[in-house]
Amino acid sequence: MSLHKLTLRELSDTFGKGEVTAAEIVRAYTLRINQVEPKVKAYISQVKEAAMAQAEALDQKLKGWRRTMPLMGMPLAIKDNICTQGVLTTCASRMLATFVPPYDATAIARLRGQSYLLLGKTNLDEFAMGSSTENSAFGPSRNPWNLGAVPGGSSGGSAAAVAADECVVALGSDTGGSIRQPAACCGVVGLKPTYGRVSRYGLVAFASSLDQIGPITKDVADAAMLLNVIAGHDAWDSTSANLPVPDYTKALKKKDVKKLRIGVPREYFAEGLDPEVEQAVMAAVEELKTLGGEIKDVALPTTDAAVATYYLIATAEASSNLARYDGVKYGLRSKQSHTLLEMYMKTRQEGFGPEVKRRIMLGTYALSAGYYDAYYAKAQAARTLIRRDFEAAFREVDLIVTPVMPTPAFKLGEKSEDPLQMYLSDIYTISVNLAGNPAISIPCGFSKAGLPIGLQLIGRPFEEETVLRGAYAYEQATDWHKKRSAVR
Amino acid sequence: MNNAGQAYEVVIGLEVHAQLLTKSKMFCACGADFGLPANTQTCPVCLGMPGTLPVINRTAVEMAVRAGLALNCAIRSKNRFARKNYFYPDLPKGYQISQYEAPICENGVVEVAVGDSRKPIRVRRAHLEEDAGKNVHDGDNRAVSLVDLNRAGTPLLEIVTEPDMRSADEVVAYLKMLRDILMYLDVCDGNMEQGSLRCEPNLSLRPVGQQAFGTKVELKNINSFKFVKDAIEYEIKRQTKVLNGGGKIQQETRLWNVDKGVTATMRSKEEAHDYRYFPDPDLVPLDLAQDWIDALRMALPELPEARQKRFVTDYGLPDYDAGVLTTSKALADYFEACVTLHNQPKTVSNWVMGELLRELNNAGCSAASSPVSPERLVSLLQLVDKGTISLKVARDIFPELYASGKSPEQIVQAKGLTQVSDEGALEKVIGEVMAKNPAQVAQYRSGKDTVLGFFVGQVMKASGGKANPGKVNELLKKKLAG
Repeated sequence: MSLHKLTLRELSDTFGKGEVTAAEIVRAYTLRINQVEPKVKAYISQVKEAAMAQAEALDQKLKGWRRTMPLMGMPLAIKDNICTQGVLTTCASRMLATFVPPYDATAIARLRGQSYLLLGKTNLDEFAMGSSTENSAFGPSRNPWNLGAVPGGSSGGSAAAVAADECVVALGSDTGGSIRQPAACCGVVGLKPTYGRVSRYGLVAFASSLDQIGPITKDVADAAMLLNVIAGHDAWDSTSANLPVPDYTKALKKKDVKKLRIGVPREYFAEGLDPEVEQAVMAAVEELKTLGGEIKDVALPTTDAAVATYYLIATAEASSNLARYDGVKYGLRSKQSHTLLEMYMKTRQEGFGPEVKRRIMLGTYALSAGYYDAYYAKAQAARTLIRRDFEAAFREVDLIVTPVMPTPAFKLGEKSEDPLQMYLSDIYTISVNLAGNPAISIPCGFSKAGLPIGLQLIGRPFEEETVLRGAYAYEQATDWHKKRSAVR
Repeated sequence: MNNAGQAYEVVIGLEVHAQLLTKSKMFCACGADFGLPANTQTCPVCLGMPGTLPVINRTAVEMAVRAGLALNCAIRSKNRFARKNYFYPDLPKGYQISQYEAPICENGVVEVAVGDSRKPIRVRRAHLEEDAGKNVHDGDNRAVSLVDLNRAGTPLLEIVTEPDMRSADEVVAYLKMLRDILMYLDVCDGNMEQGSLRCEPNLSLRPVGQQAFGTKVELKNINSFKFVKDAIEYEIKRQTKVLNGGGKIQQETRLWNVDKGVTATMRSKEEAHDYRYFPDPDLVPLDLAQDWIDALRMALPELPEARQKRFVTDYGLPDYDAGVLTTSKALADYFEACVTLHNQPKTVSNWVMGELLRELNNAGCSAASSPVSPERLVSLLQLVDKGTISLKVARDIFPELYASGKSPEQIVQAKGLTQVSDEGALEKVIGEVMAKNPAQVAQYRSGKDTVLGFFVGQVMKASGGKANPGKVNELLKKKLAG
């Protein structure tokens, strides 16, 4: 049995029935990682030995007992900007290259509560700033479908690990598309929950009002299973919503979208959209119609303002969030400094990569006296308009369907010299973060070059069930998700 | 240009940082105590570790609202926190969580007594924020600076006035009033030396009669009422000298140097930070329920000003007495506890303001922890009333009463200080005194009544102060009349 090929649901069932031990699972994944990781480079750090020790302890403890919790014994990869107690959490930055948090993120504590197994921490663009995982201080990850292409970003390591069967499911984080865009690049499923659905405690902040942790999985059912565990109110995160959490796997009972009104925003099918992507997405819209959905045109007129708005708000928040990396308390401290000011400047000069520095400077500028009203305040006003666009559209429809990314995964190095081109690869995902809605990326085809194409389904706030239902219906009617990358 | 002789008016506004008496810090569960070993009162949140998030302390919000209500502020039910961004080693996150555009309290006013009149001082705003830690530079190795983050994240209420004060005395009067109010509310311990109440005056001069404000200077490092007065008076003199010499005042922050008794430049306007305030996205805006605010208003204790007025009207005390007795809640409570047991307010007031306050001040002790309980003080006063001891004896034994922990009865008994009222015994003493002073007897009998005082004194002296003065008077008149 090739354990690494199973979905979370299959592996959990197998383990639950006692047909396989946790140690056997870790052994299978260790083998798989050893095989493909040198090519994919999904992980920053691996803790397979610790996972094996935990697995053996779990097997010992379970002797004669039923395995009750769905994530028990399941081998996960976690994006390296989510704090794991006692395990290196670097954010792919030299700044935190030696940082070991003494606490778990709330999402991790919930997984730990189910006795999950941590295989390792996955690569990302430094502090989640980027769309290709090339901005990592530890080198880029590769796309398992084509090792010359990027896996997307910033959760590129998590998406590549899932696509290359180096873990059963993974956690990513999404500030402007960082779960959905790499999921699309790697032909897997990525869900960004509603802002406030999953606690941000322990997620190293990039842009606090946009960040959200979410699942990256092989199929929609797995995303629902994982979301069940990590969602819910957390007293440690004031922005987490104090709302009941439904059983998301129940949303998967229907395999149709009957009575669902599905909107297609014309603004998302304009200039810059690759014809192959457009074709695949429009075919998916047709499929949803066949499945009983009522397809409607909707307007999201402020779409044009999204990139500018996002890069003001996200960078402003980042400039403040990253101020704590000053060499005083933890992480890097430049050895070249003799005065306080020198310590600050050299530590940050040496610790941060170019993209992080660029965004800190942009954000500092946007918040500066005399510029605040023209930039930050204006961006907040535009954000309100963008949110209202979605509110208006969702009075007409129950789901909105769009592409995830204008093109399939691009080549390594293709855009790394042109930040603006790189920023445009998030054009279809960032509005959702600004509005706070939930959205999923699922596979909907391949380019002629054999690279996956993603479909985005956006729902109303806290209506992840509708998003999952639509995605599941489409997935059940197609085979895209069954295709696996060829990496060996 | 020389302006020698020009008279100036000083204009002063005050920023006060009051550390709130919460059990835990503003945004985490760490304790908020003073004087613990360095960095033992910290957690990932107040250390600003990656991924951690703040959670607002409800009690701190409650204390801010109560203080705001007591300062007659409008409470802004929808208020929010903002980040104040700057780099400093004692600031773990690289920003301080404070309030900026939407403070919790606004537009208050307090009346302070200045000489014989009362003057309103307007409170522009009072907002919540977290304190920073402390940098320590005087360790064994002076090449190294150390950071103690025990205080980082403790809750502060920053209370800012309008520029309404016109002298150092007004500032001190306002500050004392503010401190009393905060202590009455149990929201701050008012300890200026330990830094739980810190004040930063900003001060400018303008020629008398001019409307426009002069250039202001902010003063820091002031940790007692005396230093407030000293620093302001020094700064007025300094600025007057600069202006009279034709110079200009630079907008700057100056530090009070206690040892030298001068202020010196800390940073100029050019070096001032751009704090890049923006709403803290980690905290949702507060939306306080009006019911909750109303309930807090109803539950406010009687404040010093109202209590002072009541002491005058209800107990018939002079303004002065009422003012002294209400300077602290503990002292006022003590007074009222005594009056409940012994309904002679003025007598009680004299004792509390006199004997008791002297001992308390000497010991640096609060009335709340006075070793002489109200019950003990009242039983002493009742011994005087019953004539068991004289007023003089009562005064004489008070220090022992304070120091020993014994009851007044025990002390009086042990020392044999019971007052002599027995007519036979007193007549005997009077007889002896008269026999010794025949000339004065003759004077009295020839109509010089004032000599009576001399005889009372002699009799009291002869009895070792134990004679009942009333009885002595009565008997003397009888005997001297012949």
